[in-house]
Amino acid sequence: MKIGVPKEIHEGEKRVATTPEVIGHLKKLGFEVVVESGAGDGAHFSDAAYSEAGATVASDAKSVWSDCDIILKVRGPELDGPEMDLLKEGQILISFLWPAQNPELLKKLADKKVTAMAMDMVPRISRAQKMDALSSMANIAGYRAVVEAAQNFGRFFTGQITAAGKVPPAKVLVIGAGVAGLAAIGAAKSMGAIVRAFDTRPEVKEQVESMDAEFLELDFEEEGSGTGGYAKVMSKEFIEAEMALFAEQAKEVDIIITTALIPGKPAPELIKAEMVESMKDGSVLVDLAAEQGGNCKLTEAGTIKKVHGVSLIGYTDLPSRMAAQASQLYGTNLRHLLTDMCKEKDGVAKVDFEDEVVRGATAVKEGEITFPPPAPKLSAEPAKPAEKPAEVKPVEEEKPSAMGPLITFAVGALALIGLGAVAPASFMAHFTVFVLACFVGYMVIWNVTAALHTPLMSVTNAISSIIVIGAILQISSAENRIMWVAAFAVLITSINIVGGFAVTRRMLEMFRK
Amino acid sequence: MSEGIVTASYVGATILFILALGGLSHQETARRGNLYGIIGMIVALIATISGITGNLGILVVCLVVGGSIGLVLAKRVQMTEMPELVAILHSLVGLAAVLVGFANFMDPGRLSHYHGVELTIHDVETYLGILIGAVTFSGSVIAFGKLSGKISGNPVLLPARHWLNLILLLVSIWLCGMFVDESAAGGGTMPLLIMTAIALTFGVHMVMAIGGADMPVVVSMLNSYSGWAASATGFMLNNDLLIVTGALVGSSGAILSYIMCRAMNRKFLNVIAGGFGTTTGGGGPSVEEQGEVVALQAPEVAALLLESKEIMIIPGYGMAVAQAQHIVNEITKALRSKKINVRFGIHPVAGRMPGHMNVLLAEAKVPYDIVYEMDEINDDFPDIDVSIVIGANDIVNPSAQTDPDSPIAGMPVMECWLGGTTIVLKRGMATGYAGVQNPLFFKENTRMLFGDARSSLDEVFKNL
Repeated sequence: MKIGVPKEIHEGEKRVATTPEVIGHLKKLGFEVVVESGAGDGAHFSDAAYSEAGATVASDAKSVWSDCDIILKVRGPELDGPEMDLLKEGQILISFLWPAQNPELLKKLADKKVTAMAMDMVPRISRAQKMDALSSMANIAGYRAVVEAAQNFGRFFTGQITAAGKVPPAKVLVIGAGVAGLAAIGAAKSMGAIVRAFDTRPEVKEQVESMDAEFLELDFEEEGSGTGGYAKVMSKEFIEAEMALFAEQAKEVDIIITTALIPGKPAPELIKAEMVESMKDGSVLVDLAAEQGGNCKLTEAGTIKKVHGVSLIGYTDLPSRMAAQASQLYGTNLRHLLTDMCKEKDGVAKVDFEDEVVRGATAVKEGEITFPPPAPKLSAEPAKPAEKPAEVKPVEEEKPSAMGPLITFAVGALALIGLGAVAPASFMAHFTVFVLACFVGYMVIWNVTAALHTPLMSVTNAISSIIVIGAILQISSAENRIMWVAAFAVLITSINIVGGFAVTRRMLEMFRK
Repeated sequence: MSEGIVTASYVGATILFILALGGLSHQETARRGNLYGIIGMIVALIATISGITGNLGILVVCLVVGGSIGLVLAKRVQMTEMPELVAILHSLVGLAAVLVGFANFMDPGRLSHYHGVELTIHDVETYLGILIGAVTFSGSVIAFGKLSGKISGNPVLLPARHWLNLILLLVSIWLCGMFVDESAAGGGTMPLLIMTAIALTFGVHMVMAIGGADMPVVVSMLNSYSGWAASATGFMLNNDLLIVTGALVGSSGAILSYIMCRAMNRKFLNVIAGGFGTTTGGGGPSVEEQGEVVALQAPEVAALLLESKEIMIIPGYGMAVAQAQHIVNEITKALRSKKINVRFGIHPVAGRMPGHMNVLLAEAKVPYDIVYEMDEINDDFPDIDVSIVIGANDIVNPSAQTDPDSPIAGMPVMECWLGGTTIVLKRGMATGYAGVQNPLFFKENTRMLFGDARSSLDEVFKNL
């Protein structure tokens, strides 16, 4: 099948749906790839690089759309845009689609009798992590948010003591510790800032702390985990407590990065106007939720604006601002999805609804709307109860009952007395020696180093061939039969004696410091 | 030599054997211990040989021929084949015990020498010596077969095997009574032969029922049996040296088995009763697909190793199979020269014989002071950047701690998943000997390097 990668036509979109590196992998799967000339310009991938990687470079969009069976894009076609007209029946379109927000678009795509797969609908199950384009983009957005904040922040992130005086470190508050939030924490931390983070889902505390940031907690009991690893809407009391915390933090921190989103709902308002007012002059607020209405109502989607001396950054194209990185990750996500769809590696991608990932991502199949998909069976981050497996107690120490040894001793003593009553004196003498030897063996061996178990075994093996003595005593028997049996016994035990000692020696020679 | 000197020599030999075992408990004294053992054996042999009255030529020929065979075996054996060698050597002791027992029984002087209770006791001793010897012999042969791969390592479980064993035991006891009665009248060959056949069957049956992962316990248990066989022979021949030495070996083997069982958190009887991994391991919820593994290539592994500061290598039976210990040592040396702290963590039951991994690493000249036991290093894993699991499975299985239904529940395991990254070298996604799926492979910080351990590590080494 032919895969086509047209140039993104949305204004300001610099990303591209494939990179030269990805093309190599796609060709291995048996696909042919056609890239529109100039598609990779924004992300700094030249046409030459694409053709070197084995793609055909087509001069215009039209030929890409008309020639190819699969179209890879970053942004979906616009409702009345030119791309909609280029779609042809039976084509498979893979891009971000946001089907829940764009029912009209779905209808239109269905009318066109195409198959449309939404990268944003790839279910959050562990198997599909490598196709999770939302996480890839969120990761970039989180990183870039810190970079943008740094750009608009007039001071160092890291604290320094210089000849010219002391510089305090910047304090960064990250609200929402999802993928973007964690990426922001990591970036800010590595620049030297003091980072705090807040999230309604208590289970992310560990992740936050693993990145060496401080996790702010409310003195309030409520579980904030929704399905699929996302957050849910919280109760009124909780939100009040949360607001109080933010108001207090706003006065103290220099940079706030908000990433709070609830799927399918407008972004919750977390930073109120008066909090922005209370922030120090020169502070920065980056609102990653600006496109969904913003976690702060004052931010404006797509721009920077100054309010009360605070820079409010509302860029919605953060991944596109790191086009090369974003394209590479997105392209790899697409590649993994195609690998999943093309299990035979014969260059034919199948939309197989048995595959949970493909089912989840497919919004329109051959002209039929298949959105929304059934709920995913597994969540990426299982809810609390599932996470607590019944722990096995490591080694159960059985409490020895006082009666146990007593009974053992009593039985042992009775057995000994019984034996002594019937056995002749000569036997008892041997028996004494035997019992004592058992104890000596026990005492001597008990503390053996584990590393020496094998040499110990081979040496005891050699020693146990002391049985040769029995055979030697019998070898001088006048009777031929006995003599030969004994001779054979001597033969095999002497194999054992020499073999055992020699191999032990060989092993011990090897042990060295 | 007078009787007194012979006895004195025996006392000397006994002391030397005790010193030998004591010396083998620690690295520093181990070589000296082996030397004591050799001297003890020579003293005992000379003292005994000095007392014999005829057929000296045959004796010497047997000693020399047997000794040469033993020497060649010891020189030729690969260190990875040690478990097989030890098992087959055990079988020789068992066979010798049987032969000595029969030779003793065939001696007509026996009836004139012993009377009444003494004869009964002597006959019981003979009977026991042969019984234990026969079990040791056939058991060791089967163990050898299993360890060398000539017989499938899977446990073979006959229906109602516990009842079968019980019946065999009862028949043996009954035959013992018959043998004692008939022997007093000058006969008794028949019961003795039948018993020998039963004991051989019992040995085969016992070891066949034990799964591959329990082989370390079996090997040391057979070691113990060979000691008891020698001890029983000593009672039969009224020879204190045999009794003492046999008891030493017997109890030390038993303790080793016990140490092994404790390391697996299992009851000794449970292991001997056999059937590990088939009764519970096949089904159950823990076996289902648990996610996706992330595979790495050798160059990525090399890069990962070079970036880390603390590395733990956890070898398993797979390292022995692939003969990868030498390349492991090369990699260790290369990394240590770059100031990366490489250590080895050895699980007590890794491999097919107690201490198997230590011997292999020693063969590859890995210094023994960077080789640690599980208990010494298990708490260090949170500080480890990269753990490399080479051909091990059950000993790094977290479900031993988390899944109470797992057949290996409660077995202490190496907690490598607590560290930074775990790299698992494996040929495929097969389960370990216990037949349990390993959730470690699906953990987020686990990476797989598929392929034969040695060729994979060769690749890694090239990229270092």
